[in-house]
Amino acid sequence: MAMSFEWPWQYRFPPFFTLQPNVDTRQKQLAAWCSLVLSFCRLHKQSSMTVMEAQESPLFNNVKLQRKLPVESIQIVLEELRKKGNLEWLDKNKSSFLIMWRRPEEWGKLIYQWGSRLSERSFCGYLKSCGLVVRRVSRSGQNNSVFTLYELTSGEDTEGEEFHGLDEATLLRALQALQQEHKAEIITLGDGRGVKFF
Amino acid sequence: MDRFVWTSGLLEINETLVIQQRGVRIYDGEEKIKFDAGTLLLSTHRLIWRDQKNHECCMAIPLAQIVFIEEQAAGIGKSAKIVVHLHPAPPNKEPGPFQNSKNSYIKLSFKEHGQIEFYRRLSEEMTQRRWENIPVSQSLQTNRGSQPGRVRAVGIVGIERKLEEKRKETDKNISEAFEDLSKLMIKAKEMVELSKSIANKIKEKQGDITEDEERGGIMSLTEVYCLVNRARGMELLSPEDLVNACKMLEVLKLPLRLRVFDSGVMVIELQSHKEEEMVASALETVSEKGSLTSEEFAKLVGMSVLLAKERLLLAEKMGHLCRDDSVEGLRFYPNLFMTQS
Repeated sequence: MAMSFEWPWQYRFPPFFTLQPNVDTRQKQLAAWCSLVLSFCRLHKQSSMTVMEAQESPLFNNVKLQRKLPVESIQIVLEELRKKGNLEWLDKNKSSFLIMWRRPEEWGKLIYQWGSRLSERSFCGYLKSCGLVVRRVSRSGQNNSVFTLYELTSGEDTEGEEFHGLDEATLLRALQALQQEHKAEIITLGDGRGVKFF
Repeated sequence: MDRFVWTSGLLEINETLVIQQRGVRIYDGEEKIKFDAGTLLLSTHRLIWRDQKNHECCMAIPLAQIVFIEEQAAGIGKSAKIVVHLHPAPPNKEPGPFQNSKNSYIKLSFKEHGQIEFYRRLSEEMTQRRWENIPVSQSLQTNRGSQPGRVRAVGIVGIERKLEEKRKETDKNISEAFEDLSKLMIKAKEMVELSKSIANKIKEKQGDITEDEERGGIMSLTEVYCLVNRARGMELLSPEDLVNACKMLEVLKLPLRLRVFDSGVMVIELQSHKEEEMVASALETVSEKGSLTSEEFAKLVGMSVLLAKERLLLAEKMGHLCRDDSVEGLRFYPNLFMTQS
């Protein structure tokens, strides 16, 4: 997998691994680091990492160039990602973190949209199977449909969706974001969890 | 130490606080005394010290009692200090912590730093002497030692006189230095022109360039210091005098100016010298070579490493270059972060 990842030009540029003192230059540098971290983690399907792993990973350690980003600078990059909503610390000591190449709110939106479409389709499907002609009058979204978390990430109905295969931690945060917007509610289903869309 | 008087520490009307600093210890001459941790306050009229552990213990000296002050830099395990030389106590002085003292100076030790700023403010107050113009309650006014009819110990008179002489001498040195310096700068330029032509002649004859080669319109202050003192031969300028004289260059409308870089490095440059334009050519040079260290750049361009580094740092500040700082050293690259997508 690492082979097929395309490193950006900055990765082969030695100054990329030194935190730039010039403020404007640093802004560009950090933006490039953030984008690299997200695309790296997306491709490698890595949803969480420890700081120690990060230090030794090829992400921050370019062995061929003989340059590594020092840990203090790594912390600065991670803080930038946190401010943008793509990173969440998993412990108080800031030793491990959750990395989300799409922000939870963005995932939430995608999942909700899918939920609306599916619900409508299955309702229309049911009516058709009853021999009724269906005329779509409005797109009001689904009403109170319930899905398990498993269905969302691994069910047949989500194959082909971007969030298919999403890790549970990120999924949960996406659903929490929807919950905040009163578009969904996380519920307990048997011995697992599910979500009800409104 | 016998100049201090007990005080409440409250400021009088018209007396203003200038600066205060915690963690100050007082020495009576060279001796440590029990006043080891206090807050030192400077007002327009007095120097006040209050014990941090016991706020009731508070004493002051009128600024008028101070003859002059000196700085003592910090050392290993030693805090920075200010030495305060004092006039003798007047006979009608109010009671204080010490009745007698064999020392005519005290030392203030800044254990929690703050010495530099405090010294600066105290020097200012000593120059402005605001207490002379702003009257406060009588108890603060202390007569200076020099009243007719008073009997004083000969030793102290001698010390005071020496101190006055030293002050006058310093003033004289500075004004002479700056007359000399402007003459010398003109001479230095003439010498540069002369040596340029010699260098060219020698180059034609394919010899080496002489020591006094083209400076490129900019010289570090240490280079100026050597040049000036070498030319003087005797009565050398102190570094302090030189810096003070150079600060006047622009005011005097001489064709030179003092410039201080962010790093603190000081240079003298021709008014016509445009360091910012030099930066553009530095960028070209670095781009040609891909990347350069200060030493490599200095060698290529024929500059001192000190000035080469300043130029590269200025280019970085202006956004033309960026840096690669690793175990291999500090290298400068063209700033591709800005120029590439």
